[in-house]
Amino acid sequence: MSEQALIELTNVAKTYRRGGETLSIFSDLNLTIPAGDFVAVMGPSGSGKTTLLNMLGGLDRPSSGTIMFDGAPIERLSENQLSAWRAANVGFIFQFYNLMPTMSAARNVELPLLLTSLSGRDRRERVRTALEIVGLADRMGHRPKELSGGQQQRVAIARAIVADPKLILADEPTGDLDRVTAQEILEMLQLLNRELGKTIVMVTHDPAAAKYAKRELHLDKGTFEERLT
Amino acid sequence: MTDFGLILSGLGRKSFRTALLAFAIFIAFLIYTVLGAFRVSLETAGDASSETRLAVSNRINFTEPLPLAYLNRIQQVEGVKDVSYSMWFGGFFQEERNFLLAFAVEPDSYTRIYRDLNIPEDQRQAFVNSRDGLLVGRQTAERFGWTLGQQIPISSNIWRRRDGSNTWPVVIRAIYDGSDTQGAVAVYINYEYFDEARAFANDTVGNFNVQTVSPDVNDAVIRAIDSQFSNSRAETETVTEAAFQAAFIDQQGNLGLIILGVTGAAFSTVLLIVGNAMVGAVRERTGEIAVMKTLGFSSGRIGRIVVGETLLLSFIGGGLGLLIGWILLTGGRELLGGFSPFFGTLRFSPAVLWPALGFMLVLGGVTGLVPAWNAMRVNVITAFRRI
Repeated sequence: MSEQALIELTNVAKTYRRGGETLSIFSDLNLTIPAGDFVAVMGPSGSGKTTLLNMLGGLDRPSSGTIMFDGAPIERLSENQLSAWRAANVGFIFQFYNLMPTMSAARNVELPLLLTSLSGRDRRERVRTALEIVGLADRMGHRPKELSGGQQQRVAIARAIVADPKLILADEPTGDLDRVTAQEILEMLQLLNRELGKTIVMVTHDPAAAKYAKRELHLDKGTFEERLT
Repeated sequence: MTDFGLILSGLGRKSFRTALLAFAIFIAFLIYTVLGAFRVSLETAGDASSETRLAVSNRINFTEPLPLAYLNRIQQVEGVKDVSYSMWFGGFFQEERNFLLAFAVEPDSYTRIYRDLNIPEDQRQAFVNSRDGLLVGRQTAERFGWTLGQQIPISSNIWRRRDGSNTWPVVIRAIYDGSDTQGAVAVYINYEYFDEARAFANDTVGNFNVQTVSPDVNDAVIRAIDSQFSNSRAETETVTEAAFQAAFIDQQGNLGLIILGVTGAAFSTVLLIVGNAMVGAVRERTGEIAVMKTLGFSSGRIGRIVVGETLLLSFIGGGLGLLIGWILLTGGRELLGGFSPFFGTLRFSPAVLWPALGFMLVLGGVTGLVPAWNAMRVNVITAFRRI
């Protein structure tokens, strides 16, 4: 494994059993993502983009092969160990924001910090900082339904970075946004990558969105084709 | 925010549904509190009995009188320490709806035998030495605002005076406090004052109240008393006070079973309602639970949060039920205490409180088990596919 690699997939295979048939998503996937990279993963529907993202985030396990994160294998961790690992290392951004509807923006952002040993005061400071980074410090008390789609996604981004994870996984983060708002969100991801050094893996169908990444990976028929942007 | 904040957030997601569920639990615990107080009162009714007290009544039934002349013969029975007597007065104050649990008693011997009435000694003496004195339970005194030295008329719906009226003017000479199990509701007038004025059935009593020297001689005393009056025109039936109370409780046995049934039905219904609603509530939140798991919340912690929601719901509804039940019992005791000493003993006791807290814990825990298990089993990938 290279010294700077944050993620390294070696001979990863993923199969599903459905209706008595075995469905192969990948059979021999190899990938290295250095720390500080911003990767856009593209590919046709069913190519396994989201499955890949789920495996990188410890939500799914490979059928075979290894996934190393920061030099340590994660595929054999128990469910509880994976939960703790995710809390410490991974921030997630979803297409439909997935905010808690009954909680304010601040409470939503605070959620990952409940899994840390930070005091209430430290948590509040971190929440404020995260919301300032995404430009929503003045909307801390607003509930999701009181925010626009773009604002909700920015709250989701604040939630993804508040625990200072090394890796951010974004699944179609602009898929539900208009072009102007999508551009703002993508610029924000670029900023997080460039200024805060976050490693970002973003799944997208949109070639224009993929241009914001440092490199594009096209996943098709179980293999990657790489293009530099 | 803490996990408690997450619990509140979960319950606040559909606040109207939460309010309805809390209301259902509230009703169940209200029923439990009020009926539980009845049950405890029934069960403890016998606790006030003394092991050395016997009740002698007419063998036909307790409404038939006995001749007062039996007194001397009962006093002569070996093993008898003290004897008193009482007669049901059937009283009311001013209007018949102001019912009084009233007895005519021989003041000195009666208050000697029933020391557990807890009468201040100076007041006891005043009652004993006063021909028209009245001994009043504190609950009844407070109900009518009576004070020591006050002259009041008490009337009977059974007895007539020779002058045609049915009212005995009396002076309140003593107020007793009773005990937790006995209550302090009944009133007692001087038998002699009552008997000399009544128009019929003079020199008869309802019961003789016998105190023995020891519980060991009870059986012998009972046999001796009843054999003395066998084949007479008024045969006696003598039983221990405990047996008398036990017979009373046995009569209430069906009531106890009904109370248990009603309470059980209420809890079973609430269990199903809350359990079913919480299963639905968790199903609605599958996506949110998947997000929490994605963020790093363990299945165990999510399960605990869900159980926390049902526990909090149970304690909110149950706590309100206990509170309103306590208010109703306090008010009801004052309102109904005069009708029966039984109502006077209704209390929000620890025997009601502690099981209630236990039921809240069980209700919250049990209704939370299935939804918590479902929440713990939420598969993140499957859940996100459905969103």
